[in-house]
Amino acid sequence: MELINALVAVTNYVIIPATAYGAQLALGALGVTLIYSILRFSNFAHGDTMAFGTGVVILITWGFQAMGISFGPLPTALLALPFGIAVTAALMLGTDKVVYQYYRKVRAAPVVMVMVSVGVMFVMNALTRFLIGVDQINFDDGTRFVINARQWRDMTGLHEPLTLRSTQVITVVTAIITVAALFWFLGKTRTGKSMRAFSDNEDLALLSGIDPNKVVAVTWIITGALATIAGTLYGLDKSFKAFTYFQLLLPIFASAIVGGIGNPVGAIAGGFVISFSEVGLTYAWKKVATYLVPSWEPDGLVQLLSTDYKYAVSFTILILVLIFKPTGLFKGKIV
Amino acid sequence: MKKLLLASAAIALGATGAYADDVKMGVLLGFTGPLESLAPPMAQGAEMAIKEVSDSGKLLGGDTVTAVRGDSTCVDAAAATAAGETLVTTDKVAGIMGAMCSGATTAVLQNVAMPNGVVMISPSATSPALSTLEDDGLFFRTAPSDARQGEVMADEILEKGIKNVAVTYTNNDYGKGLADSFEKAYKAKGGTVTISAAHEDGKGDYSAEVASLASAGGDALVIAGYIDQGGSGILRGALDTGAFEKFVFPDGMVSQTLEDNFGSEINGSFGQLPDSAGDGMKTYLGMAEKAGFDGSSAYSGGAYDAAALMLLAMQAADSTDPKVYKDKVMEVANGPGEKIYPGELGKALDLIKEGKPVDYEGATAVNLIGNGEAAGTFREITIKDDKIETVKYR
Repeated sequence: MELINALVAVTNYVIIPATAYGAQLALGALGVTLIYSILRFSNFAHGDTMAFGTGVVILITWGFQAMGISFGPLPTALLALPFGIAVTAALMLGTDKVVYQYYRKVRAAPVVMVMVSVGVMFVMNALTRFLIGVDQINFDDGTRFVINARQWRDMTGLHEPLTLRSTQVITVVTAIITVAALFWFLGKTRTGKSMRAFSDNEDLALLSGIDPNKVVAVTWIITGALATIAGTLYGLDKSFKAFTYFQLLLPIFASAIVGGIGNPVGAIAGGFVISFSEVGLTYAWKKVATYLVPSWEPDGLVQLLSTDYKYAVSFTILILVLIFKPTGLFKGKIV
Repeated sequence: MKKLLLASAAIALGATGAYADDVKMGVLLGFTGPLESLAPPMAQGAEMAIKEVSDSGKLLGGDTVTAVRGDSTCVDAAAATAAGETLVTTDKVAGIMGAMCSGATTAVLQNVAMPNGVVMISPSATSPALSTLEDDGLFFRTAPSDARQGEVMADEILEKGIKNVAVTYTNNDYGKGLADSFEKAYKAKGGTVTISAAHEDGKGDYSAEVASLASAGGDALVIAGYIDQGGSGILRGALDTGAFEKFVFPDGMVSQTLEDNFGSEINGSFGQLPDSAGDGMKTYLGMAEKAGFDGSSAYSGGAYDAAALMLLAMQAADSTDPKVYKDKVMEVANGPGEKIYPGELGKALDLIKEGKPVDYEGATAVNLIGNGEAAGTFREITIKDDKIETVKYR
């Protein structure tokens, strides 16, 4: 019984939240990794692209709600998602036309491109705040729980609560579908293959007649889609606030680099490594310890790091990986 | 032109009575900065009291009183000090109604008021640190210290038979001060605090914070935060994971937003906020409405009381010299004597002149304790049938 209680506590406070968070990070890291491998720069504007995409999704969700359209027990935002993706993709293409295209033409160094993306980040950040404001917004209108604490206690009679929110299930399911679709696209379709070729060797790809403009455009569209999906899932699961996506940038880059930047599989693995480290290292293990070793009454909280240091965890992992294994878990590439 | 007008006004006044003077009072509030929206109703409250006394013509030898505004900001101690300095040295005020935030108040008190010997009565500085600060008897406040709220909260929780709680606070002076004073009071009365952890405002995800609170356990969770900020995130996370079922809400959490967003999920939870009931407040609200501003805005009544208290103390001491009238403030505030409510300042001035004692109650039922700070009345609330309900005042 004690063992089961311990397991339930770990599941409730570590495994479930870390899995959902990991899936959100993985989708974000995929976008970063795609830009890195095909356009060859670290896109700092990715966090705010997520914020913009989510903002658009929220506006459309409100529109749907006003028209009385709903998605049954699922959040209306999922219906609004394709429209949000379309708007965000259009913005990505517009930004490329206005900003990045020039720097590609003059063959700017990657570090210049990074600085350019920082500029884009500020503009996009302002755009998002202008569009939807800075307040916290909850736009989840679906059923909140798959299992809530009371149901669980009645069902099992255990002392420890376990809750599973529908947004957590939606996050994981949507992430799996998105990743499967992306891998199918990159592996099986002609455009996907040309993108991979472009990524592997740009000159060779150009010689074999691949249209670079098309590759770039498709990359931006996919990135916009990934960012919007990741942002919306994060916003549904937590809550939307224009500024919090900027804070997500660090864990997202850490995920991409830990997994091996430029490698899609690595981005996904990295997302989960980062999320489980963040949650696991800052979790207070006191309760679990008392269940497992009943005779031991710990004085402290058995917490490795205070929760204030959550972002420090991803930063530390990022530095360790860069020092000892710069190519990441799954061989990425470093330009 | 303005100077000319003032000068002619002064001449006109000088003609009315041989001994009548113009007493200047500083109204030093954070007109700019993070609490700028609260400052105007406070200033208007104080100026209403000043005008009431001035118009009555009963202060000392028929003195008039003029308010001089100064901007103490809220977070910039240097700017607050400079503003206070200007009021004292250039405008030669007889006393300062202010400052607004605890940090600015401390700075002005130590750098300006004490060296120059000027009385300060703050309507809104609540930091417990001001209770023990050396002040030469020059500093008073019509706002209760957060230490007092900590005690009230501890009593409330223990009366409900809850012996151990987890505490989370917003990581700033307000949150930390309140959490510390609560912890001290609660422990002294026999309760146990399982954890006292800070949370940062403005984050998207509070699941890690909630997880460590849950691991520490406790029969209730005290959230010393802001409802429009991290407090909401913590509450949402704790409810969603089933970590806690009972919550205690201090003043930063009790608002319409709490009821709207969480009402049905927090039935049985409770809290408190500084608030006064009674006729004094009702009268004040009516007067404010007539004067065209919102008297129910936080600390507006306290500002009226602070200014009134200072002027009545001058009358009682028969002097506008801060070194003399500072000793009369407590006497006027606490009585015994006839109770004085808003709008009755003229009557109070008469009574004092006749040598009869008064007990100033004002809008916020003023009663100064200890080092000259409001005992403070708190409104205890509980969430019942999805609504915030008032239980009682304590």
